[in-house]
Amino acid sequence: MGGYSLTDLVSIMAMQGFAGLILFSVFVLMALGLAIIFGQMGVINMAHGEFLILGAYMTYICSHVVQTYAPALFPVYFFAAVLLAFGASFLLGIVVEWLLIRHLYKRPLDTLLATWGLSLILQQIYRSIFGAREVGVELPPWMMGALQATDTIQIPINGLIVMGLTVIITIGVYLLIYRSRWGKQIRAVTGNRVMAGAVGIDTDRIDRYTFGIGCGIAGVAGAAFTMIGSTSPTAGQLYIVDTFLVVVFGGAASLLGTIASAFTISQARSTLEFFLSGSMAQVLVLLTVVGILMLRPQGLFTLKVRR
Amino acid sequence: MTDQPDGSRRMLTQRRNVLKGLAAAPAGMLVPAIARAAAPATSAVNTTGLAVTDDTVTVGILHSITGTMAISETGSVEAEKLAISQINAQGGVLGRKIKFIQEDGASDWPTFAEKAKKLLVGDKCAAVFGCWTSASRKAVLPVFEQYNGMLYYPTFYEGLEESKNVIYTGQEATQQILAGLDWVSKEKGAKTYYLLGSDYIWPRTSNKIARKHIENHLKDSRVVGEEYYPLGHTQFNTVINKIRLKKPDVIYAIVVGGSNVAFYKQLKAAGIDLHKQTLMTISVTEDEILGIGGENIAGAYACMKYFQSLKNPNNEKFVPAFKAMWGAQSVIGDVTQAAYLGPWLWKLTAEKAGSFDIDKIAAASPGIEFKGAPEGYVRIHQNHHLWSKTRVGRARTDGQYDVVYETPGLMEPNPFPKGYQ
Repeated sequence: MGGYSLTDLVSIMAMQGFAGLILFSVFVLMALGLAIIFGQMGVINMAHGEFLILGAYMTYICSHVVQTYAPALFPVYFFAAVLLAFGASFLLGIVVEWLLIRHLYKRPLDTLLATWGLSLILQQIYRSIFGAREVGVELPPWMMGALQATDTIQIPINGLIVMGLTVIITIGVYLLIYRSRWGKQIRAVTGNRVMAGAVGIDTDRIDRYTFGIGCGIAGVAGAAFTMIGSTSPTAGQLYIVDTFLVVVFGGAASLLGTIASAFTISQARSTLEFFLSGSMAQVLVLLTVVGILMLRPQGLFTLKVRR
Repeated sequence: MTDQPDGSRRMLTQRRNVLKGLAAAPAGMLVPAIARAAAPATSAVNTTGLAVTDDTVTVGILHSITGTMAISETGSVEAEKLAISQINAQGGVLGRKIKFIQEDGASDWPTFAEKAKKLLVGDKCAAVFGCWTSASRKAVLPVFEQYNGMLYYPTFYEGLEESKNVIYTGQEATQQILAGLDWVSKEKGAKTYYLLGSDYIWPRTSNKIARKHIENHLKDSRVVGEEYYPLGHTQFNTVINKIRLKKPDVIYAIVVGGSNVAFYKQLKAAGIDLHKQTLMTISVTEDEILGIGGENIAGAYACMKYFQSLKNPNNEKFVPAFKAMWGAQSVIGDVTQAAYLGPWLWKLTAEKAGSFDIDKIAAASPGIEFKGAPEGYVRIHQNHHLWSKTRVGRARTDGQYDVVYETPGLMEPNPFPKGYQ
C-alpha cells in the first residue's frame, strides 16, 4: 500500500482489530437474551428490539433525573441506569410471559405473531410517552472520549465499556445456567419438559423467569447502546435483523454457538467493510450465512435434545 | 438515474394552461356570485369545482404523523399550520379563510398516493402541502398530475424532477452542494474529500454531484473515498478507521435517520475532534441534532439554506411565533422553514392570479416573490423551484448553528444540471 507509513498501517490494523471486537461485543449483547429465550422455550421473541429500547429509555430517564436532582452523581449514573434497565425489562418480560406467552407455548408460530404485535404496541406506547422524535441521551463526558493508547492509536472508551459489560453478562449467564441449581433446572426443562415436570420441577416458574432474564439482558444491551446509537421508538428495529442472524447462525439453544457465531459474523463484516464498501460487505456476509445454513440448517452448534 | 421524468411531467406552456382554464369556465359561472365586497366572486376565482365557498377555501396537509418518518415530518406539519393561521389572521386568501384537512401518510408510500387522491378527488383541495421523502413524492406525483392538483413540497432533495403540479420549496441538490464545496475549498484550503452516505437515491445523487464538482471545478482537488451504508446501519467504527487511513481534508457526510446518531457518537468516541477535522454535512438540521446531542457534533459544518439562528427581521418574528404556537422547546430546521413557505407562496400566487384554479396558479407561480420568508427572500423560478441563498453553519454544543458564510446572491435552482450527471 503506497503512500502509507508502517506505523500508520500498524495502528490502523490495531484500531481495526478493536473495531471488530467492539462489533463482536455488540452482537453478543444483542443476541444473548434472544438466544436464552429461544433455546429454553422455543419462543421467537419478535419484540426483542423493543425490550432493548425500553432499556435505552430507562437510561434516558435516569440521566434526566440525576441531572435534575443529583448532578454530583452524573459521572457515574450510567451504572445505576444499567441496573434500572435490567429491572424494568425483566419485570415487563415477566408480565408479558404471564399475560401472553404462557398461553401460546403449544403454538410456537402464534408466539411469532403475538410478539410481533407486542412490538408494534410497545413502539406506539414509546411514541405516546416520549414522542416520535429521537431523544438525546446525555452521557458523562468521560465516557464519550477516546483512550490515547499510543500517538496514533486511539481506542473508544464507550467500546471498552460495551466490551466490559458483555464479558460480565456472559460470565453471569454462564454461571447461572451451568453452575447453579436453577440452571440445572433450566437445562432439564430444555432437555425434556415432560420428564422435568414429572420429577417435580416447576416448569411454569422456570419459563417465566427465563423469559424475564432474557428480556432483562436485552434491557442492559439497550442501555449500553445509548452510547453508540440512537434512541427512538423504532430504533429497536435497527438491531433485530442482526440479532436473529447471530442466533440462527449460531444454532439456537447453544450459548457457545451464539458467541461463536457473533464472533464469526462480526469479524467477517468488519474486515470486509474495510476492504469493500459498506453495503457490499453486508451482502457478502448475508450470502455466506445463507450458504452455510443451507449446508447446515441447525446452525454452527447444537445441543442434543430429546424431543 | 432510471426514474427520469418523461416529457409529460415537464411544465406545459402557459398558454395551454390558460386555455384549459377557460374551457372549464362555464360550469363555474353557474354558481351564483354572492360575495362580500372585498372578496371576488366565487364563480370568478374557482372555475374548476375546487372546495372554495364565499368565505373559505380548503387545502390539504399530507405528512406522516405515525411511523418512522413521523420524527422528521412533525416539524413540517407544525410550520404549515402556523403559516395557515397567520394568513387567516391577516384576512385569508382572496378574502377567504383557509380551512385545512390533514391526512396521515403513515410513512408508507402507497398510503401517501391513496390519501393524495382522497384530498384531490374527494375533498377538492385547492392546494396540498406535504410529503417529505423523495419516495413519497414520487408516489403522489402521478396522482397530482392525473387529477391536476398543486403540491408544495418542502424537503431539500436530489433534483432531476420538474412538474407543473409541484412547487419545490426546499433546495435541489446543486443549490445546496456547490456553494458549500466552493466555500470549504477556498476557506479551508481543502484538497482531499471523503464522501459518505446512506445507501439510497438522495445521498448517492448528491455525492455524484459533489464528486463532479470536486474533480472538475475545484483546483487540484480529488475524492479519496466514497462509501455507502444501508439505512439504519449502526456500526461505523470500520469506516472511521478507513477515513483515518486516508486522512482527508474534508469528510463529506450525507448519513440520515438513526444512522446519523450512531455515526456522530462513534466519530466522537473514536477521538476525532470535529474542531480539527473538517466535516461538512447536508443532512443534519437542528431537528436531527436533538437526537445526536449537540456535544457530539459541535464543530461540524452544515450547508443548507436556513438555520434557526439566522439574523434578519423576518426570522426574528418567525422563531418566537413558532415557539409561541408549538412550545418553547421546539427547534426549527431547514425543512421546517421550507414547509412554512408553502402556504405563503400559494397565497401570493393566488392573489397574483386572482384565482384558485390550479392551471392559473401553476402559470402564475414563476416570478412570485416572498419578501417575508424567514430565510430572507425567495422567488419562484420558471422551473417551479426557488431561488434562494445557501449558507454554511457551524454546530454549537447547544444544538444550534453559527452561520459562518452566506452566498452573496441567490443560487439558481438547476434540477437537471448539465455536466453533473
